[in-house]
Amino acid sequence: MALIKIKKGVDLNLKGKITQTQVFDQAPSTLYAVIPDDFTGIIPRMDKKEGESVVAGEPLYHDKNDERIKVTSPVSGTVKQIVRGNRRKIMAVVIDPSGEQESRKFETRDNAKTLLLESGLWAMMRQRPYDIVPNVDVRPRDIFITAFDSAPLAPSLDLILGDDKRFLEKGVEVLSTLTDGRVYIGVTPEMSIDDCGAVVNTFSGPHPAGNVGVQIANVKPVNKGDVVWTLDVITAARIGKLFETGTVDYSTVVAVTGSGIIEPCYVKATMGCTLASLLSGRIADDEKEKRIISGNVLTGVKENIDGYLHAPYRHITVINEINKKDEFMGWASLSPKKFSIYRVFTSWLLGRHKEVDLDAKLNGGERAIVLSGEYDRMLPMDIYAEFLIKAIIAFDIDKMEQLGIYEVAPEDFALAEFADTSKLELQRIVREGLDKMRAEMC
Amino acid sequence: MKALRKFMDKIKPHFQEGGKLSKLESVYDGMETFLFTPNTTSRSGVHIHDSNDMKRTMITVVVALLPCLLFAMYNIGYQHFKAIGVDASFWEMFLFGLLAMLPVIVVSYVVGLGIEFIGAQIHHKEIQEGFLVTGILIPLIVPINTPLWMTAVATAFAVIFAKEIFGGTGMNIFNVALITRAFLFFAYPSKMSGDAAFVKVDSAFGYGGGNVVDGFSGATPLGEVAINVGDKLNLDTTTMDAFIGLIPGSPGETSMIAILIGAAILLFTGIASWRVMLSVFAGGLAMGAIAHAFPTATYPASMLDPLAQLCFGGFAFAAVFMATDPVTGARTKIGQYIYGFLIGVFAILIRVYNGGYPEGAMLAVLLMNAFAPLIDYCVVQANINRRLKRAKAQ
Repeated sequence: MALIKIKKGVDLNLKGKITQTQVFDQAPSTLYAVIPDDFTGIIPRMDKKEGESVVAGEPLYHDKNDERIKVTSPVSGTVKQIVRGNRRKIMAVVIDPSGEQESRKFETRDNAKTLLLESGLWAMMRQRPYDIVPNVDVRPRDIFITAFDSAPLAPSLDLILGDDKRFLEKGVEVLSTLTDGRVYIGVTPEMSIDDCGAVVNTFSGPHPAGNVGVQIANVKPVNKGDVVWTLDVITAARIGKLFETGTVDYSTVVAVTGSGIIEPCYVKATMGCTLASLLSGRIADDEKEKRIISGNVLTGVKENIDGYLHAPYRHITVINEINKKDEFMGWASLSPKKFSIYRVFTSWLLGRHKEVDLDAKLNGGERAIVLSGEYDRMLPMDIYAEFLIKAIIAFDIDKMEQLGIYEVAPEDFALAEFADTSKLELQRIVREGLDKMRAEMC
Repeated sequence: MKALRKFMDKIKPHFQEGGKLSKLESVYDGMETFLFTPNTTSRSGVHIHDSNDMKRTMITVVVALLPCLLFAMYNIGYQHFKAIGVDASFWEMFLFGLLAMLPVIVVSYVVGLGIEFIGAQIHHKEIQEGFLVTGILIPLIVPINTPLWMTAVATAFAVIFAKEIFGGTGMNIFNVALITRAFLFFAYPSKMSGDAAFVKVDSAFGYGGGNVVDGFSGATPLGEVAINVGDKLNLDTTTMDAFIGLIPGSPGETSMIAILIGAAILLFTGIASWRVMLSVFAGGLAMGAIAHAFPTATYPASMLDPLAQLCFGGFAFAAVFMATDPVTGARTKIGQYIYGFLIGVFAILIRVYNGGYPEGAMLAVLLMNAFAPLIDYCVVQANINRRLKRAKAQ
């Protein structure tokens, strides 16, 4: 058991933390949805048509390039609508959960790989390089599990896991049959995950310490040609549960957080439920426009109240869209409300213990990269982030490869994107770089 | 503010495409974002952003330059009244300095920003803030007696050929303010050096003015050192004088105290790299010590002790405000140490062993600007090799 100290990065002390451990029940969700964009790398080909009935655990669609990879329904009911966007891209598969809820039974004696693929849990894992759903035919070098979420306002994965922690050992056992290397699990010093069968690494330090990519980089970095799988501890426990009980557990606990929530709390839910069912009566009514984010403020997806809970199905943040409109000469402001990790505003006087209420404003225009080392101080990896970003923008394949694009995922750049004075969309740049790279290599 | 907001909204259509003033779209946009922080919110990626943007960053640097600017105004007045042998109060000196510097500041901003506005309009881009800093740096490093038209020509040259043709702020290879000074230095050498360049004797807007009293020399300490004869240095200025700064010289560079206040602001806010700053001083001290260890009459500057080397001339100003320009400097941490150290070494090397240039800081920074990408390339290559080695080791 190794203790790894992460020095780079920052913990943002946002307003809207959960102060209670009680888990509330969810208001009934009238609809559920599976969002194909949550499963990066899969191009959906529908198995179910609109109007067909489906049982929880039954496949809704499979990957165009590999029909063994399936995405399954979290509830029983009928497929109500297949929402399509531009060029008929599938945006969401909406399921009406009316009728009796039953779960599909799986044969646990099946080959581990087949069972994972069939149950849809495969699609909840990711692989590096490219940060996509794992390729079925490649045996990973190692498998990395992160047991904590260090993002702003993030839920305690321990709490979400609850009693299902007992399935973790089985999950690790199953996963270790799928790799020739080892299964690693990253924990915080406060956690007690010992004899789960995985190699335990303890990480201390600010966000992004909980990012699995950061953990890999500080344990055994991904080299060219390597493939590793990544997942969170909840998925690992779900895998264990599937192999113990024969059913997939689609229930989850969602942290409802943010400055726009009256009383931040944990809510019991099922994957893909409507946000309204989680948020009704919880959004502060102060006439300010709210931004609802499925996920955390750094990597989450912007949704409206009619939207659905996105993968990884455990966090919702609500913040104000704009705290103060038409701020006069904001660049000259002496207001301590303007938060910065640089000491260029008076907010540093309030210290790091003061909770801040950040809105969705860009706080500036997009510029060329001027300040140096901005990205590096937010990325605890042996990577020259700025040079990598420039290589991606220029689409210089050799340079991208040399500078370590195989090691990163968009989420690793989220904090740098927050801190960037040039206001570049780093996560989008990295995602596009990974996609182009993949298209070029495969 | 609401009235102003309404007014801006009212005139907006004229500046948009199809409006009668659409040629000034960038100017309007610049004014609008200057007055009101835009309400744009994030579309993709992170939902929250740090409050610090380019405007605030640049303004912070300008604030860091204010002590130098204010001291420069006072010192110009001080030198003026000393030269003409008139007793004057603090405020009279400051007023004279203010009147003397104001035209230079105006010329620098009008010419530079004017070109930036045109460039932004041609490319249909937002106006970049980089010139906010350059515009204040130029008056601080150009000798006060430089004719305004020369400053204007040099500024235009620098902004166009050192910045805009590379793609604007963030893309330039050489420090724009230093290119301005270098242009002046090589195009009009007679106006840029010598005893007459640094002390304003004639009046500013009719204020002050007079005849130089006997025995006054407007030579800078380094100027004096350069023409020193014999094995011993005959210097009127002490290191302490140079530290305080009431000596002739380019406006911003004379006072070490003012520069150190600026350095403190830059380092405290985290805008400038302490690595660069520290290593420039380290390099200067090292080279100064080497030169001082072998003093010769041929190179009188070698008789200066290392500490004096740091306080005299533009060394400190260059270390704090020029070398730390992130765009033209090294961008990797290790690179910044090397980059800074070599600037320090070259600045003193040129100053001591090149009789033609009593001041080496400007040339040293420009030289290292050219090498900064190479230094970074080597540092990044080391990272690449480490990655390759790691892959092979498996």
